[in-house]
Amino acid sequence: MVGLVFAASQAVGLCSLAAQTNLPSRPAIAKPGNVYQSPATQAQQADDGANPAMLWVGQGEKLWSSTDAGDGKSCAGCHGDAVASMKGVATRYPQIDAKSGALLNLEGRINQCRTDRQHATPYAYESAPLLSLTAYITLQSRGMPRDVKIDGAAAAQFEAGRSFFVTRQGQLNLACTQCHDQSVGQKLRGDTISQGQSGGWPAYRFEWQTMGSLHRRLRACSLGVRAEQLPFGSPEYVALELYLAWRSQDLPLDAPGVRR
Amino acid sequence: MADTPHPTRISMPATAKRGDIIDIKTLIQHEMETGYRRDANGRVIPRDIVAHFEVRYLDEIIFAADTFAGVSANPYFAFSTIVGDSGPVTFTWTDLAGRKTVETRTLTVT
Repeated sequence: MVGLVFAASQAVGLCSLAAQTNLPSRPAIAKPGNVYQSPATQAQQADDGANPAMLWVGQGEKLWSSTDAGDGKSCAGCHGDAVASMKGVATRYPQIDAKSGALLNLEGRINQCRTDRQHATPYAYESAPLLSLTAYITLQSRGMPRDVKIDGAAAAQFEAGRSFFVTRQGQLNLACTQCHDQSVGQKLRGDTISQGQSGGWPAYRFEWQTMGSLHRRLRACSLGVRAEQLPFGSPEYVALELYLAWRSQDLPLDAPGVRR
Repeated sequence: MADTPHPTRISMPATAKRGDIIDIKTLIQHEMETGYRRDANGRVIPRDIVAHFEVRYLDEIIFAADTFAGVSANPYFAFSTIVGDSGPVTFTWTDLAGRKTVETRTLTVT
């Protein structure tokens, strides 16, 4: 087993070399998702007094210092003031968890903290508290560029995400890249096709009448091409999230966004 | 959704000069359940909406609205007012059952 793991890590090491010398393409001029929204929606995102997602941020701020979790420890009990301690944290996710070797996104890390450190039950994916905490933590990195690691232990996951992005799937037999690289700016029903940049998520979406995670958005995309909708937090979506984060790393994080 | 009182956000200046026109923006986290939807078992989900929103400045109504099932979730109201004396601005959202979410901010005239 140890030998296998070693061999696997060697293979991953080789992959990462290959990945670094021949990285997949990114949009030449990166544009955040909100530029494809109407001027009114853009204005609503830009104004914290009007952005409905800030309601969730406010709830996240309360949860940060709430001691209701399992053994009465709050997030603030370990991490202190989120404005200082969480600055830039969201830019580094998804990342490989050193202990388990698994790729974790921010939601995964919050739930790991809850189970391992706070000895509480993990939040359900897409539940209001998890969305609120994710939005609150992501907000602390507003305006900062992405800084995800795609080499070393993350190389295999990055490749899985890239492969997901370029592989045709579903009854419509479409790959992500066909819309979000090749058809950007064109119309798809009432929407303008965006570059698929992920820096605005979690976001408030009018269609949902609520806040939603990136994975909820990805599930909507999967449904759109009539492919299987993977579960929230599935490894495939987390790997894709890593690829998307690398792909939008020229862009500052602007979550929480507002979408049609 | 959350119990009453509901989470709110109010954006307004804390200080202003007499005669100034100030912008006030409010949000309330509320599902605005229409009463037209059904759950997985086919039962109607009862209507649960903010029915009335009222803002008082020095006890005088400066903004009021009746809202109905067509208003989307998490209602957002933005309006402006003329600054008079220093005093409290009270925001009251009332739902169909009469439950109130009340917030107060103090406007200080400089």
